[in-house]
Formats: sequence, structure tokens, C-alpha cells
Amino acid sequence: MSLRFQRLLDVITRVRGVQGAMLVAGEDGLVVAESLMEGVRGNAVAALAASLTKRFGRAAEAGGLGPVSFLHLQATDGALLVVPAPEGMVLVVVADADVNVGLARLEMRRAVEEVA
Amino acid sequence: MADEVKRLTAELARNPGSLVFLALGETLRARGQLDAAARIALTGLERHPHLADAHDLYARVLADAGDVEQARDEWGMALRFDPKHIGALKGLGFVHFHAGDFDQALEHLETALAADPLDQTVVQALQTVRAAAEIAEAEAAAAAAETEDAVEGIADVFAGLEGARQGLLLVDLRGRLLGGGMRDGTDRDVAEPVAAYLAGASQEAERTARLLELGTWSWIVAEGTEGSMHVSQPSDATLLLVRRDRSVPSGRLAVFAEHATAVARAWLEEQQG
Repeated sequence: MSLRFQRLLDVITRVRGVQGAMLVAGEDGLVVAESLMEGVRGNAVAALAASLTKRFGRAAEAGGLGPVSFLHLQATDGALLVVPAPEGMVLVVVADADVNVGLARLEMRRAVEEVA
Repeated sequence: MADEVKRLTAELARNPGSLVFLALGETLRARGQLDAAARIALTGLERHPHLADAHDLYARVLADAGDVEQARDEWGMALRFDPKHIGALKGLGFVHFHAGDFDQALEHLETALAADPLDQTVVQALQTVRAAAEIAEAEAAAAAAETEDAVEGIADVFAGLEGARQGLLLVDLRGRLLGGGMRDGTDRDVAEPVAAYLAGASQEAERTARLLELGTWSWIVAEGTEGSMHVSQPSDATLLLVRRDRSVPSGRLAVFAEHATAVARAWLEEQQG
């Protein structure tokens, strides 16, 4: 199972500008699997992404948007992308600011479908 | 009057089981001798616990003494023994009137009037309560209009922009509404819960961007199954939320959000200005 996750994450990191991808337990923010470039702090990414997703998930539910299917934090020097995965997990990507978000999202969704 | 008290007292002494205590108690109450009136009323109630008039007398003494709550109970008791007791109906009308519950006051007084259409005290009480109810209604309408004006004022921040009142929300970092409005797909007002959940989102976004060395956060988009929301920070102390349904592509949402952010920023500068 772990090897399968790894392969899926590796595919995502091939998208230009993606620095790393990881599968995280949404509830506690623990890393399930990761494929990261050197320098990317996996544990921090996992914890922060899980927390941010939870907060926006609650706001989206309150706003009648339904469950969050994609989250994108854009910053001056990078971006964080999150897609929910089965069994309460979330797929997280750390990328450059100018990453092709459409392509990264496509690969993330494919990966999630594979996980399911 | 003193002679009257003497006469009634003597009569009651001769016949303690009689109903003379009602007249004596009422005379003492009218003279302001409330302690004496209460003693007579209670003594009478001991002998006639199911007499509505006795409860009514004691209630009037209590009301004069300022114990409106207990008076209310006593009048309620009187009505249990005599549902059309005029004194109890008037008394409860008085209690509800002073509590600001005009509907209940009118109901009791109208029942009293139906029981005795010639009772002028009931007619006068009804006129007083109806006038007060009309004033209260006018005041409530004015307050509602004021609230509506306030909502209009809030919506004006984004006047002219698409979704100014249902898809654009400006809040401060403590979750308080500053402008715009937010409604979900069923037209339910969701501005306050959304604002509450988003309060602190900027700190969370800032912390995430800083710890992951992503620089300064610019905006966040959350896509849900029913629509999307775009969150940005027009100023250090505010958050702007743009909500759109699923039919709006994410690129168009971003362009619109950028425009709305500029509008919010201009409004904030104007407020500070």
C-alpha cells in the first residue's frame, strides 16, 4: 500500500513547479506518505495543511458550499494545494507560486481516484 | 371611614365565618393600611380557601405593596375558582400591561368586558392598554426600519457589484461584519456563521505561509461541491470573502475577487479618511 501511495505522489511531483506531495491524515495532521524535495518540512506541511483545511471546511459548510473538494492557498513565493482523499485523508501539494494549478489539480484528483 | 372600620371589625368579631372580611380588607387597603389588610385577607383565606373574591382581595393588597409576582399568582388562583372573575381579570390585565405584554393584557381585559360590558373601569383600562400597544407597535416598526437601514448601509460597500448582498462579505479579524452579505443556495443568511468561522483564518494562512516559507499569503480559494469561496485580505485588519456557485469558473472568480478586493480597500480607506 505504501509503495502504491509513493508512486502516486511521485507522479504529482513531476508537474513543473511542484516541490512536494504528501498524503496526510486529515484529523490529526500526521504524514501517511510523502514525496518531497529537499528542504520541504513534511511534518509542518502536514499539520498546517490539515488545520487550514479543517478551518475552511467549517466555513464552507456554514456558507452552504458543501464539503471542500479543493483548497488553494496562494502566497507570494509559493502555493499550497489540498484535495480530500478517502478515509479522512488529504492530499497536499507544496508548489512554486507560478505552478500550473490546473495541471497540478488534475494530477491530484487522478491520484485520489487511484487511492480510492 | 374610621367608623366603618370599627363597624366591620365588630361585625367580623361577632361572626368570624362571614364574608365581612372582604369589605374590611378592602377598606383597610383603600386607606393604605396594607399590613392590616393583608392580615384580614389571609385570615379570610384560611376560612374560605376556594373563594375567588378572597384571592382577589389578597392579590390587590399584594399589588399595592409592590409584590406583583405574588399578586399574579393570587389572581390566577381566583380565576381557577371563577374563570369570569372581573377583579382577577382586571388584575391580570394590569400585571401583563406593566410587564409590557400587551396582547395578554388585552385578552384578560376583553374577557372582563365580555363578563360585564358596563364596567367603566374595564373600558378605561382597555383604552389605556390599546393606546400603549399602538405606541409599542409604532416603536417596533421604527426599530425594524432602522435595522433595515443598517443592513442597507452594510450592503452599500459593494454597491453595483454582482452579488453585493449575497456573495460578498467584508469582516474584521474578530468575525464582525463590516460590509456586504452572504446567503447560501437556499437564500438563508449565512453571513454571521461564515464570518465567525473565518475569523482567525488570516492568522492561520499567515502562519502556514511563513512556516512553509511561501512568503506572504495573497488569497485562498476553497471549492465545495455546491460552490466556491475566495478569501483575501484587503487590509491588515479585514478579510474579504467572495462566494460563487459552481457555475462560475475559478479563473473568473479570481478576477472578480481581485476587483472586489480593490473596492473594499477603497471603501476602507474612505472610512479611515
